[in-house]
Amino acid sequence: MNAHSDHANNISFAIVGSGGAGAMTAGAILLEAAGKSGWYGLLNRSVGPQIRGGEAAALVRLSTKPASCMSKQFDILVAIDWKNADRFINAMPVASGGLVICDPAAGDPPKAVLEADCTIVQCPIGELAKSLPGGRENMISVGLVTQLVGLSLERVMEVVATKLGSKGEAAIENGRACIEAGIQAAAGFGHAISMAPPAEKTCDRWLITGNEAVGLGALRGGIRFAAAYPITPATEVLEYLAPALASVGGALVQAEDELASINMIIGASFGGRPSITATSGPGLSLMMESLGLAAASETPIVVVDVMRVGPSTGIATKSEQSDLNIAVYGFHGDADHVVVAPLGVADCLFTAQWAVHIAETLQSPVILLSDQSIGQARVLIDKPAEVSFLTRRKPFEKADEPYKRYAVTADGVSPMSIPGQNGGQYTADGLTHTERGAPSSARHDQRIQLEKRRTKIEGFDYGDHWGVAEGDDGSDTVILTWGSLTGAAREAIDALAAEGISARLVSLRQILPVPLKALEGALAGAKRVLFVEQSFSGQFYRHIRAHIDLPYEVRSLNREGPYIIGPDEIATQIREWKAQ
Amino acid sequence: MNAPCFKASDYKSDINPIWCPGCGDFHVLMSITKALAKLGRPPEQIAVISGIGCSSRIPAYTNCYGFHGVHGRSLAVAAGLKVARPDLTVLAMSGDGDGFSIGGNHFLHACRRNVDMTYIVMDNRVYGMTKGQPSPTTEPDWDSALSPGGTGLSPFHPLVIALASGANFVAREFSGDIKACTETIVQAINHPGFSFVEILSPCVTFRPDEREWKNQVHLASVPETDDPARAARRIMTDDGMNTGILYRGRRKPYFASVSDEEGDISALEAAFEI
Ligand SMILES: Cc1ncc(C[n+]2csc(CCOP(=O)(O)OP(=O)(O)O)c2C)c(N)n1
Ligand code: SF4
Ligand SMILES: [Mg+2]
Repeated sequence: MNAHSDHANNISFAIVGSGGAGAMTAGAILLEAAGKSGWYGLLNRSVGPQIRGGEAAALVRLSTKPASCMSKQFDILVAIDWKNADRFINAMPVASGGLVICDPAAGDPPKAVLEADCTIVQCPIGELAKSLPGGRENMISVGLVTQLVGLSLERVMEVVATKLGSKGEAAIENGRACIEAGIQAAAGFGHAISMAPPAEKTCDRWLITGNEAVGLGALRGGIRFAAAYPITPATEVLEYLAPALASVGGALVQAEDELASINMIIGASFGGRPSITATSGPGLSLMMESLGLAAASETPIVVVDVMRVGPSTGIATKSEQSDLNIAVYGFHGDADHVVVAPLGVADCLFTAQWAVHIAETLQSPVILLSDQSIGQARVLIDKPAEVSFLTRRKPFEKADEPYKRYAVTADGVSPMSIPGQNGGQYTADGLTHTERGAPSSARHDQRIQLEKRRTKIEGFDYGDHWGVAEGDDGSDTVILTWGSLTGAAREAIDALAAEGISARLVSLRQILPVPLKALEGALAGAKRVLFVEQSFSGQFYRHIRAHIDLPYEVRSLNREGPYIIGPDEIATQIREWKAQ
Repeated sequence: MNAPCFKASDYKSDINPIWCPGCGDFHVLMSITKALAKLGRPPEQIAVISGIGCSSRIPAYTNCYGFHGVHGRSLAVAAGLKVARPDLTVLAMSGDGDGFSIGGNHFLHACRRNVDMTYIVMDNRVYGMTKGQPSPTTEPDWDSALSPGGTGLSPFHPLVIALASGANFVAREFSGDIKACTETIVQAINHPGFSFVEILSPCVTFRPDEREWKNQVHLASVPETDDPARAARRIMTDDGMNTGILYRGRRKPYFASVSDEEGDISALEAAFEI
């Protein structure tokens, strides 16, 4: 009766309701309950340009294995109402054999739903809610999905109890009544798409968004100061950090704009406190001049860019990987620096911690390129391993000679004094300077300091953190990607392997400096290389091509936002290519 | 034990200023080093932060910790530093172009934020470094290659803006009066919150007419006040040449508690466990 087996390893559902209907809360409760039951999964949202009252859909995928991206179709769609639903229904259609539950009072489903090969069941969600004290449509929806996918009421109630705890016992009981009503209604549908049992838990699970994970990773790395100017989809990094920093003796200042926020963190870092800010493309554009200052004055800072669709204001709520160019090439002058990118939500923690380590060790700006698709996704992950770096600035020690803040050293890193240290006074400067830091327009000073800074950036031991190489290493077919699309590429390779088609994955966490040796090593033996990136112009492809030879057959799967490239598209490309 | 005693020269570096002979900024540098000696804090506990311009070259000429940043952002660097390191004495330095034009927005918000630091603007009513263009404080009819015949715009009034935006200490001095400058800088540093001192500092090269300032400045006839309404009344009749402290307010400085302890993040991690 449906395309899936009765016990699916993956189920995707959407709860649709206009803003304020509580669709997101319902999705979050279900995801967390699934996590408590041992499944993996993730939650993303589809929101409109209106801040409230626009369309909202909670998009949830549950999986027996770690899941890093949304499916391209829904197996179950619960519509509290259909307001504006046609806007996203085309981006994520109902699967053939899928189930659509809608309230007859909400009117006819959109054309795309009516034309889909799916079962439409009517359920008076609104009436059910009204018939119960304190009844809420979104809680009825929670009950519907609980029954359809085979979650336990007990687990769901554990989550509801913590979420509604502050509203008192009655609110929790009202919630339970709604959920039970939903369960009962769904039991009568005669149609279920239940999950296969979860694999045994080998470690604790976390439920976290990419933006939160970046914030936490930064704190793990030692960040104790942040300056903030809000921008979608980066604001949650800053909102996470505000109380979190305060709880560990740090501080966050809300700045008047990004010109201020970047310069505030430069000032704080000059004062010895590891510092961070987070922004998105428009803010990064404003920060570029001062990022150059951080490079020239050798002030360690981390700038997180949660990329969205550009250029200009673009589509603020949707994802793209199109800030690679500005992050890598946006500086005037020759400003060596570092750009890194987390390989999915679970990796945000590590990559942010690593970014702080690099910035502090190299006394350099580090740009971390996350994006909306991972920043705002709430994901069930295995508890991340503890990682520890020996992070510290090369300290200034008092000597007899006058202090040289920008002294040439073997590794290019100079001892850095901190205000308060006697004998360590210097003026940090964006002007070309001597080793002591005095302004200079001499040719040799320009050369010496450029070389010094290049030495520290290029000579640093980035270890094996440059990226990942996975899959059948005998395969001559490589999917080469970076950052947030790593998960989709990984799933594509798994799907291909199940069909007996071999391909391997190479994905970069280190975008600048390009890890030449590691990348060439990882590509050795390849005949075909498929570049995969979320950028209209193929920024990643051009960047890599500018740095290494590509003596392979090369193709590119690259596209602008807002539609995220998914595993199936990647698999299709490889399948067709290999069949030729 | 006696506190160590410092001389003005202890706050001066061995770098020779690039300024033109006769530039008012020499006197500002002198006043700052004298004020710091009076305060008696060791040079390593003082940070001098600036933007870009002739005036903004000043940090490297001191023996304090310095930051010579980008054009217009000295206040942001200084605020970040002071919040992160409340133990330091922080001076932010700008020119009229740096502070009121490209950095104008930060000026408003620094007054409003009221971080405990001192902001000294060396106002020569011209862009000196870029060789003589009108700034926000330049007279409307001042002729230049970039704005022939003058801008026709009425000048920006830094003291009015500072007062209206919430600065906690507002003063104007003339660079040539080193004694008064020194004393006002001491007062400004000692006053909690955001202190703003405009120092009229002639650009003898592009505004030779400003050599006359020494004859035009005069001590304000009205004493300082802690009442913003009285300060506002006085400032509306200001001819731009009044010197002295105008306003000393009682607003609470910006507060953020920072600690040198490492901080335990285990509770933050546990919050994500399900
Ligand atoms: C972003 C940027 N724009 C323009 C300049 C060029 N510039 C350097 S100094 C300056 C004006 C400085 O005027 P002011 O702050 O009054 O300082 P003064 O030289 O008069 O002391 C300008 C426009 C720059 N350095 N950076
Ligand atoms: S140009 Fe004017 S402001 Fe600049 S150093 Fe010379 S006199 Fe001073
Ligand atoms: Mg000027």
